[in-house]
Amino acid sequence: MSAQHVAMHMSDGIVDAPTSVMFAAIALIVLGVCGWKARSELDERTVPLAGLVAAFIFAVQMVNFPILPGVSGHLLGGALAAILVGPYTGALCIAIVLVVQSLLFADGGVTALGTNIVNMAIIGVGAGYGIALAMYSVARRRAEGLPVRVIGLIAFLAGLIGTVFAAMGFVLEYAIGGAAPSSLGAVLGYMLLTHVLIGVGEGVITAVTVMAVVRARPDLVYLLRRQRAEVVL
Amino acid sequence: MTRRWSFWTIFAAATLLIAGVVSYFASLSPDGLDSTTLRGCQVVHTAAGEQLTGDCIAQQIGEHHLADSPLAGYTLGAREGTGGLAGVIGVLVTVGVAGGGFWLIARTRPGRSEDPAVQPSGR
Repeated sequence: MSAQHVAMHMSDGIVDAPTSVMFAAIALIVLGVCGWKARSELDERTVPLAGLVAAFIFAVQMVNFPILPGVSGHLLGGALAAILVGPYTGALCIAIVLVVQSLLFADGGVTALGTNIVNMAIIGVGAGYGIALAMYSVARRRAEGLPVRVIGLIAFLAGLIGTVFAAMGFVLEYAIGGAAPSSLGAVLGYMLLTHVLIGVGEGVITAVTVMAVVRARPDLVYLLRRQRAEVVL
Repeated sequence: MTRRWSFWTIFAAATLLIAGVVSYFASLSPDGLDSTTLRGCQVVHTAAGEQLTGDCIAQQIGEHHLADSPLAGYTLGAREGTGGLAGVIGVLVTVGVAGGGFWLIARTRPGRSEDPAVQPSGR
């Protein structure tokens, strides 16, 4: 019953058991597909980057930043992982981080792993990557060589919007199996407000990190490799 | 070549620095999700620890199943000031699990020879 201030993700008991089981099943199936599809994203060159990206996201998730008086937020990392190492590998990166946090650090409920993975590893990565890819394709049609700051802007918006989508995953799960008194409208409103603000922080961290990697090793960045783009450095 | 090495070195060093040092400066306030689940409740500090009064989602939350694990709450055995070390351990475990897992997935890559003896690795 204590308020666990170190906890960063959904705890056990927020949604009922059938909902937890259903989302655990969805998470397992989608991660299985990701494992299969990630074969086309991973080779001898990109495996070390993918391992390091997972560890980097674990580290940055520890650093909560203030968003409102008495309220903080932290990186989710979906858009960041997807842009750097690809959506399938990226989803696996976030899932690994969530499993390590839950099983080793007691952060995020064990029975809530399914819902947390669906929200952050699947919805967060999927939405973040979809937005990044769409904006990147549009930007490339207008100009052949993209300045790094345009990639940074794309990363910022992908991080921001991906975070809001991930938060809406929680609202959906609460609507299906919420085991508590708060009204859905109140949960929706407050999750939206806090996660737009967290999304700004997410966007800044995503943009800064992506721009640093693009400057140092553009050949490693999945979004650029995929599209064979020319980046003006 | 130096540039290649420096990229990996800087990325790894930044990761360890964030987990081991910067994490001490993290905000201790509940995050957006936790503050949503705490809405309607007051956190009251009592002799028995923190109690929630009122009506909120967080009252449904039980203790974590692994709350007694040695690294619970990003500490070493719940000792004060060990968050950085716990973070570094977490980074090493994550890079090991992710790197190992991705290496195994990459080995099953389509178009790659099934028999490693036929196609020796490029080292």
